[in-house]
Formats: sequence, C-alpha cells, structure tokens
Amino acid sequence: MNFSEVFKLSSLLCKFSPDGKYLASCVQYRLVVRDVNTLQILQLYTCLDQIQHIEWSADSLFILCAMYKRGLVQVWSLEQPEWHCKIDEGSAGLVASCWSPDGRHILNTTEFHLRITVWSLCTKSVSYIKYPKACLQGITFTRDGRYMALAERRDCKDYVSIFVCSDWQLLRHFDTDTQDLTGIEWAPNGCVLAVWDTCLEYKILLYSLDGRLLSTYSAYEWSLGIKSVAWSPSSQFLAVGSYDGKVRILNHVTWKMITEFGHPAAINDPKIVVYKEAEKSPQLGLGCLSFPPPRAGAGPLPSSESKYEIASVPVSLQTLKPVTDRANPKIGIGMLAFSPDSYFLATRNDNIPNAVWVWDIQKLRLFAVLEQLSPVRAFQWDPQQPRLAICTGGSRLYLWSPAGCMSVQVPGEVLSLCWHLSGDSMALLSKDHFCLCFLETEAVVGTACRQLGGHT
Amino acid sequence: MGDWMTVTDPGLSSESKTISQYTSETKMSPSSLYSQQVLCSSIPLSKNVHSFFSAFCTEDNIEQSISYLDQELTTFGFPSLYEESKGKETKRELNIVAVLNCMNELLVLQRKNLLAQENVETQNLKLGSDMDHLQSCYSKLKEQLETSRREMIGLQERDRQLQCKNRNLHQLLKNEKDEVQKLQNIIASRATQYNHDMKRKEREYNKLKERLHQLVMNKKDKKIAMDILNYVGRADGKRGSWRTGKTEARNEDEMYKILLNDYEYRQKQILMENAELKKVLQQMKKEMISLLSPQKKKPRERVDDSTGTVISDVEEDAGELSRESMWDLSCETVREQLTNSIRKQWRILKSHVEKLDNQVSKVHLEGFNDEDVISRQDHEQETEKLELEIQQCKEMIKTQQQLLQQLATAYDDDTTSLLRDCYLLEEKERLKEEWSLFKEQKKNFERERRSFTEAAIRLGLERKAFEEERASWLKQQFLNMTTFDHQNSENVKLFSAFSGSSDWDNLIVHSRQPQKKPHSVSNGSPVCMSKLTKSLPASPSTSDFCQTRSCISEHSSINVLNITAEEIKPNQVGGECTNQKWSVASRPGSQEGCYSGCSLSYTNSHVEKDDLP
Repeated sequence: MNFSEVFKLSSLLCKFSPDGKYLASCVQYRLVVRDVNTLQILQLYTCLDQIQHIEWSADSLFILCAMYKRGLVQVWSLEQPEWHCKIDEGSAGLVASCWSPDGRHILNTTEFHLRITVWSLCTKSVSYIKYPKACLQGITFTRDGRYMALAERRDCKDYVSIFVCSDWQLLRHFDTDTQDLTGIEWAPNGCVLAVWDTCLEYKILLYSLDGRLLSTYSAYEWSLGIKSVAWSPSSQFLAVGSYDGKVRILNHVTWKMITEFGHPAAINDPKIVVYKEAEKSPQLGLGCLSFPPPRAGAGPLPSSESKYEIASVPVSLQTLKPVTDRANPKIGIGMLAFSPDSYFLATRNDNIPNAVWVWDIQKLRLFAVLEQLSPVRAFQWDPQQPRLAICTGGSRLYLWSPAGCMSVQVPGEVLSLCWHLSGDSMALLSKDHFCLCFLETEAVVGTACRQLGGHT
Repeated sequence: MGDWMTVTDPGLSSESKTISQYTSETKMSPSSLYSQQVLCSSIPLSKNVHSFFSAFCTEDNIEQSISYLDQELTTFGFPSLYEESKGKETKRELNIVAVLNCMNELLVLQRKNLLAQENVETQNLKLGSDMDHLQSCYSKLKEQLETSRREMIGLQERDRQLQCKNRNLHQLLKNEKDEVQKLQNIIASRATQYNHDMKRKEREYNKLKERLHQLVMNKKDKKIAMDILNYVGRADGKRGSWRTGKTEARNEDEMYKILLNDYEYRQKQILMENAELKKVLQQMKKEMISLLSPQKKKPRERVDDSTGTVISDVEEDAGELSRESMWDLSCETVREQLTNSIRKQWRILKSHVEKLDNQVSKVHLEGFNDEDVISRQDHEQETEKLELEIQQCKEMIKTQQQLLQQLATAYDDDTTSLLRDCYLLEEKERLKEEWSLFKEQKKNFERERRSFTEAAIRLGLERKAFEEERASWLKQQFLNMTTFDHQNSENVKLFSAFSGSSDWDNLIVHSRQPQKKPHSVSNGSPVCMSKLTKSLPASPSTSDFCQTRSCISEHSSINVLNITAEEIKPNQVGGECTNQKWSVASRPGSQEGCYSGCSLSYTNSHVEKDDLP
C-alpha cells in the first residue's frame, strides 16, 4: 500500500469525478482539480466564498460549488477554464444544491424548502417546483437518470412527485400513506421507489414507477422505527435498519421479510469470526514519546500500531448506554451498505459503535464482526470487489475482505474515505488534509492473508 | 386364740380356695397370668405365716398347735398328722411319718413357689423395661407429632404467604397491564394530539411560508439570477423540445416501456428459475424411478399390489412426460402430473426407507450373533496375529540360519582337527544329537508352517516371501545335510534361492504326485467320475458292470449309501448278481466301500482304455 503526499483540504470536500479521471478538492474558497494518476493540478478555480459543497456533473465536465451562506452556486467547466456560471438565489436563500443526472441542470433548494429551482445551463429556462418536503432524503434520481422522485408536503399530507428529468415534466403525483415521510429511494433498476416514514413509526412503502402501491411493511408499532434503508445493487433486497437494533431484509417478489439480523452484543456462534483490533504495545524508545501526548484517552495513540486478533467466542462487544430521553438516541442500525456484488451487507449498530457487522446475504447469516478500538466513523465498499474500508477517525485504515482483514497505519487522522471507481485507490480525508492511498490488489490480499495466518 | 383364729379364718379360708386352685393350676401352667397374680397375693401371707410361726408353738400349746396344724393341713388336703385312732376315747397319736411327708411336701411346694416367684419377677422386670421402652417410644412419637404439626403449620403459613404474594403479584400484573393500557392510550392520545398540533403548526408554517413566498418570490428580485458566460449544449447534443401533449404521451409510453422491460426481465428470470427447478425435479424423479424400480421388482411379486400399481403408474407417467416434451407445456398442465408422481414416489421411497430402518433396527437387536458374519475387527485382529506369527517365524529362521552357519564353520574346523585327533566318535554322537534336535525343530517348523500357510491364505505376499525364505533354508539344510563335511561356509552362502530350487521343487512335486492320486480318488472326486463315465460307452462288454459301479460311486460321493438292490434293479438287468454284490460291499463302510469301488473302477477303466486302441 502506497500513499501520496498529503494535500490541504477544507470541510472534507474531496471527490473523484464520475469517470475516475479527476479529483476535485476544496481549500477554503479555492477548488483544485487534479489528475488522479499524476496528482498534478489541472485546474484551479477561485470562488467567491468558502465552498460548502461540491458536486461533479455526471459527465465529469462540470463541477458545482455551493456557498450556502451567501446563497450562491458557482459552476466551473473542466474543458473551458474561462467559462463561468454563477447562480444567485438572492434573498430566498439556499440550503441544498445538486446536479440533475444529465449534467445540464442544477436543482437548488431554497431556504425553508419554499421551492426548488431548476436552472438549466443549456437554455435560459428556469423551472420551479413548489412544496418540496424538508426531510432527510427528499430527492432521488433513478440510476439511469431518467426520473426524479421528489417528496412533497401539501396541506399536511405527504406526496411524491415523479418527474421526467429530460424536460421536467410531471409524470406521476400521488399521496403516500405516511405520517411524516422521511426518505425516498429508488431501487437501482429504477422501477420501485421505497418510501419510509418518520422514526416515530415503523413503516415502509413500496411504489411502482407508475405510482401504484406495491406493498407496505411494518415490523412493529409504538416504538422508534426505521433508521436507515439500503437497496441491494441487484434490486433484489431492501435492507431496513431500525431502532430496535435489527436489520430486516425484504425480497423484491413478495416484498415480505426474508430474514432479520439482530445485532446482539454477545456473539456465541463459533462459526462467526470476530476480528478484534488489538493495540500492539509500541517499543518505547526515548524519541517515541511525543509531547504533549496527542488525544490521550480518546483513542489509541497515533504512534502505536494495531493489528487484528481473532477473538475466541463467546465474545461480548462494547456497548454504549444510550440516553433515551433525548432526541436521536444512539441506538439502532445507523449505517448499512451492500457490497457491489450484493453478496455482503455491512452494518453498524449505533449503541455498539466500535463494531462493524458483515452479513453473508447468500446464506443470510452473520459472516464476520470487526471490533475496533474506537467508534467507527465511516465505511465504504470497494466498487469492484467485496472489500470494505473502515475508518474510525484515527490514523489507521481498516480493510476487510472475505479472506481476512487488516489495519494499516496511514498519514493523518481519517475522518472519511472515498473509493476510486476502479477500486485501486481511495482518498483518505482528515480534518484539513487528504491523501490518496494506492492499493496493489494482489499484494494487499497477500499481506492480509499473511497477517491473519491463513484465517478466513 | 380363738379370737385370732376367727380373725384369720376368713382370710385363710379364702386362701385355701385360691391355693387349691393354685395347686391344680401349677401343674398345668405355672406361668399363666392368673396363677401369678395369685402368687403375688400369697407372698405377704406366707411372710405372715412365718412370723406367726415364731410365736405359734410353745411348750404349753404343742398339742393345740399340732391339732391346729392337723386341722389346717387336712383342710388343705394333706393327710392327717395323727394316726388313725382306734377309738374316740383314745388320744390320737402324732404320726411322725405323716408329719415328715407333710413337711416335705410343703417344702417342695415352697420351692416351687419360689421358682415361680423368680420367674414372675423376671417377667415383671422384662415387662417393666418393655413398658419403659414403649413409653420412650411414645414420647418420641409424641415429639415427632408435635414437630410435624409445627412444620405443617409453618408450611401452611408459607403457603398462605405465597398465595398472598401471588395475589399481590396478580394484582400488580393487573395494575401493570392497566398501566400499559393507560400508557398506550396516553401514547395514542398524545400521538393524536401531537399530530394535531403538528398539523396546526404546519398549517401556520405553511401560511408563513406562503407569505414568505409571496414576499420573496413575487416581487422581482433582481438578485435571483443566473450569470452565465454562454449556454452549453445538451449532453445528448439534441435541442430542448417544447412541452406538448405529445411529449407527455411519449413520457408515459417510455415509462410503461421501462416497467414492461423490468417485468419482462423478471419474468424471464423467473422462467429460467422455474425451468431449472423443473429440471431438478425431473432429474430427481428419474433417479427415484431408477432407485425404486430395481429394488421393487422383487418385492412386487410378493408384496401387496398397491406399490406395484403405483410403480406401473409412475413408469407410465414418465413415459408420457418424456413423450410430450414437458418443458413446453404451461405450468398448470404439467404441475399436477409432476407433483403427483413425485409425491407418489416420495411416499414409496419413504416407506422403503422406513422399512430399511426397521430392518436395520432388527439387525441391531439381533446383534452380530451370526457365525458366518465375521466382523471387520475380528478380521483385522486375525491378520495382525498372523503377521506377528510371520515375524516370529522369520526371526526363527534367521537365528537358525545363523546357527547353521556357525555350525558349518565349526564343522570345518572340527573335521580337520578330528581327522587328526580321532575324536570322531564323540563328535559324531554330538552331531547326531544336534541333528535330531534340528530335525525336531524342522518338524515343528513344518507343522507351524502348515498351520500358518493354511491361516495366511489371505496374506499372499508375505506368504510368498516366506516361502522363498523357506525354500532357501530348506535348500541350505539339504546341502548341509548332504555335504556338511565338505562344504565351505562360502559355498553355503553362495547358494541362491533359485539356482538349485527348481530341481528340489521338482523333487517335492514328484514325491507329492503319487500321494495325490489316491487321495483324490478316495475323495471320490467328480473328475475321476467323469473319466469313468466317459470311458464307459467305449466298452460295451463291461458297461453294465461299470454303470453299476459308477452309480455306486456317484452315490457314495454324496455320501448317501442307502442304495438298495431294488433301486438298482431297473437300471441293470444283466449283471444283477454283481450289482448286489457291490452294493452290499459298499453299504457298511460309507467311505471305505466307495473308495474300494472307485479305485477298482478306476483301474478297470485304465485297463479298458489300454485295450481299446
């Protein structure tokens, strides 16, 4: 594993272009575009204010930089550096900005979710969409970029509108049987829309593209409900993580539950491999002790190394006592992600924040559990193969694959990470720096296997 | 005195009654309760009497006392103390003999009484101890009763408490349930209230939003604008189209097309899956048929018809299905056939498996008592044992070889010295002894070898090696035997296993063959018989004779020698007398007779053969 030099970064704004050729990153009010292979700076754009959000257009030709504080969006072209575009939302304000899938329209959500403005880069036309709902995930595009589903709220009722992205024509408009819709998500095949209700009620509804209600699922009542939802890349499964610490998998034929995965703190099944991160006691030399000791207690010392050990079952994982009388309690399944081949599902139970659970979807059972020394901040699957990268906010990167897992010392404290399309490299983002990490696939697997001593 | 007497009289009289009773009773059963009581009551009386006696007789009143005693004694049934008076006037004389007798009797009585008393006392003691024991038992039991009663009370108390607790818990549960219900109601009401509030707030919010919208959006905000250098082309290179009804319809069409595609894709997948499953089902069915039909063919004849019919049905079905390639049929038509047949087969298979299970369990119950079934373990043990034996034999051979070699060398030395020293005789003796020892060893060895070869048929390889060694050893032995005084030790060594073995083997074979021939004949082997019968037609002159013998030999070979003359008669008409002779000869000794007959026929056939050409 090799690392690039460390570059400056602000607000964790660093993104690979969709075609995988470029890497955009922000430093204060400057946008830097680099070549992924050489890391040479290709373009450098200067915005009017500190950038708060960036997004590549789907064709990798444009980048939008949003400055929410000023209600401004600036768009830059990679091909024509002199080309510029500035959208000012004025007194209406701006809370969100995104590209339409064709890369020629920008959707700006005004403050208080008064409306969504669709700006076109091709024509002078401006479209407005009224009554967007202020919710976690109110806009979703199908993967082929044809349709957009938008959650709306009118007269205290939830609606979903489906638009055709090519001409922003309303295709379907229907009300949903929800108390307070929280999120919508298209299935990867673009034919089914999952709609889930607020966390106060466990309810998930599935709508066809033409607005028919396909199915409704509710696991229980009178308790906090859905926390996270994820479609499998094959559109076959819908994983629903909830506040009761369980993931329920629905199938795409009957939309009934196939199985539910509990996340108990005690693991007794001897078939399950539990990887436990253990700190290697560092050789205490005279020069080793840094002063002042960085972040004592919060996490492992950056200087110390860590490795995975296979814990012998039964294992009890560290749990967090949640404060239940506050909003957004730290319980339930907060993160879940399918591997690109749909074979694995990674989850995190928020009251066992140090552990990542990997489930075998083929056999519908728990496959492995990774317990870190500190709470898991983020994880992401390699886009090409079942390989999971995890970061905990420390100076280590953790990689899991079915063959085993390993921990790597990396420069900087990784708060977030982002895989390159090819799966050969990833960007490791820390508070004000980032670096690229290059993985030699064979070598990595080899070392992983060696480190684990042949354990699978 | 008279007063006194009157005083004592009633007591005495009563006593007398009891004593009389007593005397009669003591003879019958001295230990009876009643007599004991009587005795007890009589004891103080006797004492009184004694004290009475001390003052009873004085010098003055001898006469009176005697008379009194006499009176008393007579009343008790004793003979009178006085002699029979001749006349009333004469004073009665005291009869000493009677007195003495009386005394003696009284003493005997006294002793008896004492004995009885003792008995009674011991009895009394026993009874007293019994009484004590019983009393202690009683008190113990009483205590026990008390404790158990207390325990019972305690348990009852606990039971009561538990019941109380239970009731409380029930109450609590009920309360909790009520609480839950109440809370649920509260939640529900709160939820409705919350929703209501939310709605109200939202309406207000919406109103505000509306207001804001009007304020912000409606008036021309100069600031809301896009500042763009130049418009860029669309990604697909097309120009934007006007929004018309046409585009709407097109969009609809497209949407349905997408949906249709998705459904088609899914249907295709499901069809594929279905086909796959059908294939599996079909294969399973085929396998089942193949599995069931051979093993059912046998039982079909004897077992109930139902399975047979089912199978024929199944086979028919299979043929049908394979005829009309079932994959093209829609599911409904095929499904029933397929599932039905599979179900039937499954039932058969299940019953079969159950039967097998039963059989297995039966076998298990019977255990491995069957003699003809040798368990694997036994087999292995046997082979192990045999291998061990082989090893031992090999070792023995080796040591013997060594010994022989030593001897050979020793012989060489000895013979040269013997020639000189004339110790020949002694040496010869010694050698003879050794030789006999060797012979014995050899014999033993042979015996061992035989038993061993018999046992080690399964271990061909080892046996071969062993035989080779044996051959070499025999050869050496032989060589040593023949030329022990001429051969050098090197010469002995030089003999290879095969160089001289052939002629030695031949020798053995030759010597064996003559042995074998009679042996085989004696066994009445069919080979011999067939020869015989073959040769028969060649000589019509003696055919009858031979036939009879063949018949006999045939029968004898089966060891059934109950051939009578009558049985043979229909076969042979010509040589009856000879037949009978033979049959008679063969009858008594089963094997012997047969043997003789056969041998004779054998020689005869030879003779005939010689004659024929």
